[in-house]
Amino acid sequence: MQTTKVRIKVADYDSLPERAGQAVTVNGEKIVLFRISTGDVKAVENRSPHRKGGTLADALVSGKFIYCPVYDLKISLEDGKVQAPDTGEVKTYEVEIIENEVFLQI
Amino acid sequence: MKKKLVMIGNGMAGVRTIEELLKLQPEGYEITIFGNEPHPNYNRIMLSTVLQGDKSIDDIIMNDWNWYKSNDIQLFAGEEVVEIDKEKMQVISDQGRRVDYDELIIATGSSSFILPVPGSDKKGVVGFRDIHDCEMMIKDSKRYKKAAVIGGGLLGLEAARGLLNLGMEVDIVHLMPHLMERQLDETASGMLKNELETQGMNFLLEKQTAEILGEERVTGLRFSDGTEIQTDLVVMAVGIRPNVQLAKDSGIYVNRGIVVNDYMETDMHNIYAVGECAEHREIVYGLVAPLYEQGKVLAAKLAGTPTNPYEGTICGTQLKVSGCDLFSAGEIGDDEGTKSIKVHNEFDGIYKKIVIRDNRIAGIVLYGDTKDSNRLFRMLTKREDISGMTSVSILEANGCCGGGEAGDVAAMADDELVCGCNGVTKGTIVDAIRTNELTTIDEVGGCTNAGRSCGRCKSLISDILAYTLGDQYDTSAKKAGICGCTTLSKDEVVAEIRGKGLTNVREVMNVLGWSQEEGCSKCRPAINYYLGMVHYEGYKDERDSRLVNEKVHANIQKDGTYSVVPRMYGGVTTAADLKKIAEVAEKYDVPLVKLTGGQRIGLFGVNKEDLPAMWEDLGMPSGYAYGKTLRTVKTCVGEKFCRFGTQDSMGLGIELEKKFERLDTPHKVKMGVSACPRNCAESGIKDIGFVGVDGGWEIYIGGNGGTDLRAADLLDTVKTKDEALEITGAYLQYYRETAAYLERTAPWLERMGLEHVKEVLADANKRMQLNERLDKTLERYNEPWQQAISDNGIKEKYYQVRSVSVE
Repeated sequence: MQTTKVRIKVADYDSLPERAGQAVTVNGEKIVLFRISTGDVKAVENRSPHRKGGTLADALVSGKFIYCPVYDLKISLEDGKVQAPDTGEVKTYEVEIIENEVFLQI
Repeated sequence: MKKKLVMIGNGMAGVRTIEELLKLQPEGYEITIFGNEPHPNYNRIMLSTVLQGDKSIDDIIMNDWNWYKSNDIQLFAGEEVVEIDKEKMQVISDQGRRVDYDELIIATGSSSFILPVPGSDKKGVVGFRDIHDCEMMIKDSKRYKKAAVIGGGLLGLEAARGLLNLGMEVDIVHLMPHLMERQLDETASGMLKNELETQGMNFLLEKQTAEILGEERVTGLRFSDGTEIQTDLVVMAVGIRPNVQLAKDSGIYVNRGIVVNDYMETDMHNIYAVGECAEHREIVYGLVAPLYEQGKVLAAKLAGTPTNPYEGTICGTQLKVSGCDLFSAGEIGDDEGTKSIKVHNEFDGIYKKIVIRDNRIAGIVLYGDTKDSNRLFRMLTKREDISGMTSVSILEANGCCGGGEAGDVAAMADDELVCGCNGVTKGTIVDAIRTNELTTIDEVGGCTNAGRSCGRCKSLISDILAYTLGDQYDTSAKKAGICGCTTLSKDEVVAEIRGKGLTNVREVMNVLGWSQEEGCSKCRPAINYYLGMVHYEGYKDERDSRLVNEKVHANIQKDGTYSVVPRMYGGVTTAADLKKIAEVAEKYDVPLVKLTGGQRIGLFGVNKEDLPAMWEDLGMPSGYAYGKTLRTVKTCVGEKFCRFGTQDSMGLGIELEKKFERLDTPHKVKMGVSACPRNCAESGIKDIGFVGVDGGWEIYIGGNGGTDLRAADLLDTVKTKDEALEITGAYLQYYRETAAYLERTAPWLERMGLEHVKEVLADANKRMQLNERLDKTLERYNEPWQQAISDNGIKEKYYQVRSVSVE
């Protein structure tokens, strides 16, 4: 079955705090936005890739990486990949910023 | 009463003497130091690296302001002693200050010798001796293009390399036909000249400066043969002259330097001289190794410990210019009585000459390959008979095929010098590693001083560590950084924060060259802690560098929910508070209500977005059940109700908790207060615990009931509650200032030693200072739950969850 992606406005850019996660629920899907120090906004699913679960919204942000707040996994915000020696992956979302509005492709 | 020791001069030789003295006799003297430079003691040898741009001035500070303070040394920096009043036994400074002495050390060092030619007082003529000279050259290099260095010796060439690095064109003027003629023979000197020419230096040899040209500022040089060159800056590096005027004026016997005997005594009672200003057996030394040896002898003399006399030193020299590896020692020329082994490999640019007299090595010149310098230098100083050796085995320890690095270390004799600057042998280092269980180069330096001057021997020290520790030496941890982003240790990071006055996390990572620009989950919270500890007045905490629990002020649970644990001072509550907690638990449908291990009530399974509202309804302060801070003070019922109780344990517990709550500590801190030795509050396994006895409190420290069970040690017994609070404050602050982030008090105490901590806390003055810093720190904190309720910015950033729905 083919799915069509839709573009959804999730936040005003200037309401996003720098270097902190912002949890958003979009039609029930739990997502977390990170405005990183380059000014870009990254979005990943708000679920730790660790087998025991947990959320990512309160991760420590360092450049294009976050550190899982519960299990300290280092996760790339670019591709969602967990960095060695740990393994795993989280879902990432495409972010578009137009003027002051932040959109996600879902 | 303590005897008064005054030292005139604040340089390497003098301060080393004091360091040695403090080691032998920490409390022997009341020490005062005068230094005419406005800096603490720095590593003068490394000035050339500052000029060459490899290091900053802060990097070469050897004893920072704190060192003087913590050793109770009164330092007058930027103040010059102008008179010694021998009758009254006082020194008088240029600011009119008079200080009494019982013993006086003159360690005034030396100054650049400025050629007495016309024009030498013009602007733009500098020596190369101190930070000020360095700063002048760096400043001038920004405005001017051409520099001339007078003097083609060690110092002149290092200065020239620095000026090249600063982007200047450099002429080197030298009186003799060869560079470094006192250290190198013609062949080696020629090789050096070629190398330096390819680096961009221009040499004017056999030129004698006759006049420095220019109006107010230098514009050029005229030589005795009538030729001239243009230049905007003249660096005099023709030699040094001991600073002896003060001694001379005071009637102390001075020849070239201040004349001293084998115990560094001048001809005046109670007055000593050490370092570059001193003349010993007609030699004035200008290299650090002999000066440190002198310092050691003088320190022993002052401490009254037996010592061998100082009998002079044979020196080896190296040039600190990259691309020019050279070593020289002893005689370099030939005469009828000498025979030399010479190897000249033009292809690889290697030259070695060993001068032999009477079957013993009398001189060494190595160019291009200096790895055998230590071994050869030892053979020279030990006057080893080499008649049975082949020339190849003299030249190379492992024959022509060479050996691995560790093999070299194994082959080294125990008395072979590793650190020439500080005179430290392999045997001393191996012993120190074994007895003190050292594992890093820094620790070896701290224990033996090896590697603390020019730093060239650090790789050899690393090899010795590897050889001594075997598999236990983790080469990747040659220098264990606080995390993967840096190789700096905790002590180094803290020293840099203090030394460079760094004020925020990002600045620390930037200035100290973090490999991951924004740090990681290990270093960010640690740096934030160290900054808050160092800048105890008004440090602005960086919330985003804290990990989740401390950032959100609640404990994250494995499913992403949080727990709420309100403060319940000393485990004492009221019916009203209990009702309120019950109401909140009902209102927010809290899945679990449980008594915690720390005598309070926890509400578990709370959604993050509910936190601020719950806190508001509770109206109680945070119990910090999540923080690297004071968690709880567990108490027993005590004398108020218990028939065994001898003290008011609840009272003390509540007071402790109210005073120290919210304080950032390296790791969590738990306390316990029991009113009798039955110890119902388990004071023996707390970071600090109190046990009431008849007429007072026993104080126990360093206990742990966690992963590594440890019984606390008795620190002291005090009579009153106020004394208990005062000692607790000093103890917490000393732990805060000396522990690594995430180091609990139990391992910290093991590391520091109970006796040491006892000693520090027994000193009323130190206790007062520690408490002062602690009290200032405590002023910084606000109640975080109240803050979150009343600050919308915090609420939005940390607690809101947005919801977007689209059809």
